[in-house]
Amino acid sequence: MAYSDKVIDHYSNPKNVGTLDKGSNTVGTGLVGAPECGDVMRLQIQVDNATGIITDAKFKTFGCGSAIASSSLATEWLKGKSVDEAVKIDNMDLVEELNLPPVKIHCSVLAEDAIKAAINDYRSKNGLEQLVFEERIH
Amino acid sequence: MLKLPIYLDHNSTTPMDPRVLEAMIPYFTENFGNAASRNHSFGWHAEEAVDYAREQIAQLIGADPKEIIFTSGATEGNNLGIKGVYEMYASKGNHIITCTTEHKAVLDTCKHLEKLGAEVTYLEVQPDGLIDLKALEAAMRPTTILVAIMYANNEIGVIQPVKEISAIAKKHGALYFSDAVQAVGKIPVDVIADGIDIMSFTAHKMYGPKGVGALYVRRKNPRVKVTAQIDGGGHERGMRSGTLNVPGIVGFGKAAEIARLDMAGDTERISKLRDKLENALKVIDETYVNGNPAHRLPHVSNISFKYVEGEGLMMGFNKDIALSSGSACTSASLEPSYVLKALGLGDDLAHSSLRFGLGRYTTEEQIDFTINAVTDTVLKLREMSPLWEMFKEGIDIDAIQWAHH
Repeated sequence: MAYSDKVIDHYSNPKNVGTLDKGSNTVGTGLVGAPECGDVMRLQIQVDNATGIITDAKFKTFGCGSAIASSSLATEWLKGKSVDEAVKIDNMDLVEELNLPPVKIHCSVLAEDAIKAAINDYRSKNGLEQLVFEERIH
Repeated sequence: MLKLPIYLDHNSTTPMDPRVLEAMIPYFTENFGNAASRNHSFGWHAEEAVDYAREQIAQLIGADPKEIIFTSGATEGNNLGIKGVYEMYASKGNHIITCTTEHKAVLDTCKHLEKLGAEVTYLEVQPDGLIDLKALEAAMRPTTILVAIMYANNEIGVIQPVKEISAIAKKHGALYFSDAVQAVGKIPVDVIADGIDIMSFTAHKMYGPKGVGALYVRRKNPRVKVTAQIDGGGHERGMRSGTLNVPGIVGFGKAAEIARLDMAGDTERISKLRDKLENALKVIDETYVNGNPAHRLPHVSNISFKYVEGEGLMMGFNKDIALSSGSACTSASLEPSYVLKALGLGDDLAHSSLRFGLGRYTTEEQIDFTINAVTDTVLKLREMSPLWEMFKEGIDIDAIQWAHH
């Protein structure tokens, strides 16, 4: 299967690989996927508590090229967005941007789940209620 | 100069040896006759060429030329061998023993027969990939007509204890069928010494053409017959009808002859390169070689690089190196290799595996390039892997409640 140029570019030059202090209450961490399924994503956001703006985002991903590219692109999109805007990132936007084939759509779903998990982690650390997301099958 | 890409997927298929191509060419154009045409010289020439190839192939496996039945390949051979025995020996019983790491062409054939009333025992393999002979012995029943255990495995290269298996089958009055597609032409296979009754193999795994294979069917001690699965003109002693693929068969014969003559030299050279590759990659932390290293094909190495995913790993160098992964990230099922899982490897290790299959034209320069490319990519991806980070921090990854999706 041939990868799109954008997937190859994110794979070869991933953006924002790294780790934020998961103990900090300005950091939200989302860890999704499972080693048995062949992909695990950890996505972290650094939030400015005063403005609610995501000032930094980092990821580490165990997975195929599409999973790495999806998380790399997600961190790019997160930076500069408010937490409320970030919630609206849809996996299909990632699919479109990266030209993911149908068999790789689950990689984008995982990235979306990671974003939501990171936001909920941030919210819970700051005494905010958990956002409830629709269950989806992937 | 190193020419890219490098082909290290010789368990999938092999390039054709130029000597094979040369032998085949006249049989497409000049000598195009039908080997079954008995009444003119075109047919005689074709038949003569087929007979010669039959001898070359028989010699490679220590068989009599009359025991070679040409097929379209090993998938057909596996179907004909197993289904053919099931039908031919229906009056003797309906039980077949096979194992979980067989090729799909064997497993799915057995599953098909189960629908028709066969009882099939799927033996588990041990963590090193070899079957447990005691388990085989215990699985034998009075109704067992066939033991179908592969000679060597396509994913991990382990070589089953064929002589012991055939002895157990024989002791209990069952026939022994072996899918030897990965072994024939690579290691010495002798159907008499090995006690094999029926065996499938194919040309394209030994530097011959695609689309032609053979089924060895023993003619004495015991005389074995298989019921034809393709009806027609009664070619191949009535066991496989269909006009013979003369150029393919000629190429198969030539490939078999070259394999027989070059085997010792090829094995020595290729196994040294394989060992060099394996030893260099084993230096990387948390790297595991899959399958019994002492009972293994000389050209295969299957390695799991823990905490990186196989497909992602291949992407790091797949424009330069062609090989296979046990990760099935591209398949719709997302299930990793059932062979690696059968060894008791966790799904995570199965997802992290690469299969290196070296061949006749593999050079040391290619291996050096591969060692560097794989090492660099593993290290790079581990820096990107949350699992590697957790492992380094001493977190027990197995203790985490992962949300399975």
